Amino acid sequence: MSLVGPKDRTKPWKGPYAPYDLVKELCIAVGVIALLAVLLTVLLSSPDDPPSTIAQWSHELPADFATTAAKELNGTSDTAEYGPPYNHSSGSVQHFIFLHPQRWLGVSHPIDTAEDYVVKPLETVPNDPVLQSALAEYKAAPETQKKEWSEAYAKPLEEYSEAVEEKKAPPATVSVDTTTGAVTVHTSGAGPVPTMMASLQSLAQSGGLEGGLVSSSAFFQTDYTKPLLFMADGGLLAERAEGQHLLGEQWGLMNETGSYPGQPWLWLYALWYQVEPMKESPNADIQVLLIMGLLSVAFISIPFIPVINRIPRWIPIYKLIWREHYREISGA
Amino acid sequence: MGFVDAMGAVFNLDHPAHTVDWNFIHLSVANVVVIGLMLIVFVLAILLPFPGAAARDAARRGGGAS
Amino acid sequence: MSAASTTPPSTPRSKSWTVKVREKGVEALPPERLLPDGQPTYVASWIYVFGVASIASLIVIIASGTILALKGPAWWHETSVGHFFNSIHMWSVELFFFVMVVHLWGKYWMASWRGGRGRVWVTGAITFLVAVPAALTGYVSQQNFDAQWISTQAKDAMNSVGVGAFFNLTNFGQMYSYHILLLPIAVVALVSVHVLLVRRNGVVPPFELEQRVALTSAGAPPEPNGSPQAPTGGGVPRAATGEQS
Repeated sequence: MSLVGPKDRTKPWKGPYAPYDLVKELCIAVGVIALLAVLLTVLLSSPDDPPSTIAQWSHELPADFATTAAKELNGTSDTAEYGPPYNHSSGSVQHFIFLHPQRWLGVSHPIDTAEDYVVKPLETVPNDPVLQSALAEYKAAPETQKKEWSEAYAKPLEEYSEAVEEKKAPPATVSVDTTTGAVTVHTSGAGPVPTMMASLQSLAQSGGLEGGLVSSSAFFQTDYTKPLLFMADGGLLAERAEGQHLLGEQWGLMNETGSYPGQPWLWLYALWYQVEPMKESPNADIQVLLIMGLLSVAFISIPFIPVINRIPRWIPIYKLIWREHYREISGA
Repeated sequence: MGFVDAMGAVFNLDHPAHTVDWNFIHLSVANVVVIGLMLIVFVLAILLPFPGAAARDAARRGGGAS
Repeated sequence: MSAASTTPPSTPRSKSWTVKVREKGVEALPPERLLPDGQPTYVASWIYVFGVASIASLIVIIASGTILALKGPAWWHETSVGHFFNSIHMWSVELFFFVMVVHLWGKYWMASWRGGRGRVWVTGAITFLVAVPAALTGYVSQQNFDAQWISTQAKDAMNSVGVGAFFNLTNFGQMYSYHILLLPIAVVALVSVHVLLVRRNGVVPPFELEQRVALTSAGAPPEPNGSPQAPTGGGVPRAATGEQS
């Protein structure tokens, strides 16, 4: 290939050949690798941490569930404020100088958090006239009223979450029944929202919410985006992940659950997230991916990059690899 | 859906990982072991003699009949 | 027995695509070059087995993956036999990346792109880069906590570059399809081209040492033994004055 350049004077081999059975070699290699894989399986098995469910979330972290649900309703959750491909907000929209691919590719998987995570699931609850009346009142209200109600409900919960996180005494405006997991927000001005949220919590604890979120538009579904984003807006997944060293600052993207090897080949990708300016940047992902994109092109192009393509000549590891050949030549 | 544990494993790795921490680098012990093994295997692959030297010598002397 | 020929008559050569494809294929890779039974005597290091080890790992990955696919994505959570095959699949992936990277290190330090072998390096590098998302789609198809975490985290990276708009890590159906069909086809196709290019060009010869004489044609076997001709480089071996690449 002439792109290597005119200085490549590698000559075709005119020397001797020794017998070499490629097919036998492949068969032996398959046998050895299969044996190694079976040995590792018998000795170490593989991890399979069961998935978290919304039901578990609402039982184990009821206040966190309620806070997240409230934020979905009032449009302040991470998903609600995310931006494309879920909605037209801008909370998680990244760019690099003039490159705005996230915005350019648009909203391809629309999620209306208030409707999808609260209103529509509650509409499926049968035989609950109190809930149905609360829902009707909510849906009939103007947008500003809805916002006022949901914020009046969400604010005490956010204060509660902050207090718990900072290990301070939680405010009395929120009480959590540790037996039933019921979360009660003592506030006025929240309209029908407390009734709606109490029902949502019951629905979640019964396990009805995950099915509802997955099959909301069709009987057969394989897209778990809605329930996954809902759970990721809360703290349960992150709490589990931290225990398993899977967080970003723990170089988590290289790791596996338990003490198993993970993806050591992602070391360079993981490294960029730990260095400035990517470490603190809201555009870290696009920055790191652009760097890795450039490095990937360079990796593919190593034969054509000056200096890089000379290093094997300058650092003669090849003399060890081909020592038998060189010994022969020097003896010839 | 039931979840089968890491059944029958001789060594149970189903516990949170230990990490190797240096400056800003935090790697799991398992990953460090894998990377270390790769380097060792690479060095050994280069240094260990490869079988078939007699056949190669014969080819060099005798004209390379296979 | 009749002496009649059993091969169908040839069509006029200049018009037949079949003949053109066949002749091009046979010209590039005659049987002795496609499957040679000898290798140059400088192929004398354990570093050379890591390419075939990568192929072997890929075979074990596909075999174990096929069994997992036959039983469906929930099976390995429910039975110990299923978990066994999932473990084999996971460890063969670890082995695949292990041996492939050692192979890559060896090929770099041998500057194996020399002598017109640039495309061999390029296809190998792209294979590695395609294997990474092949593994990622597998991780997010596990339907366990690891899959939940990886998909909800990595989606931010995909979304940041716009890829998330059409490659949705939290869409199990899509990810599973990529993992068991589309990306394995891509990896196998790339590996096939890579290996065929290696067979066509032959294993790269050693660097020439300064002021050494290259081994001449004395003792070299005749053509039918499968001695590949590199596509570039001079024909008649001559004394080397030191190679610069």
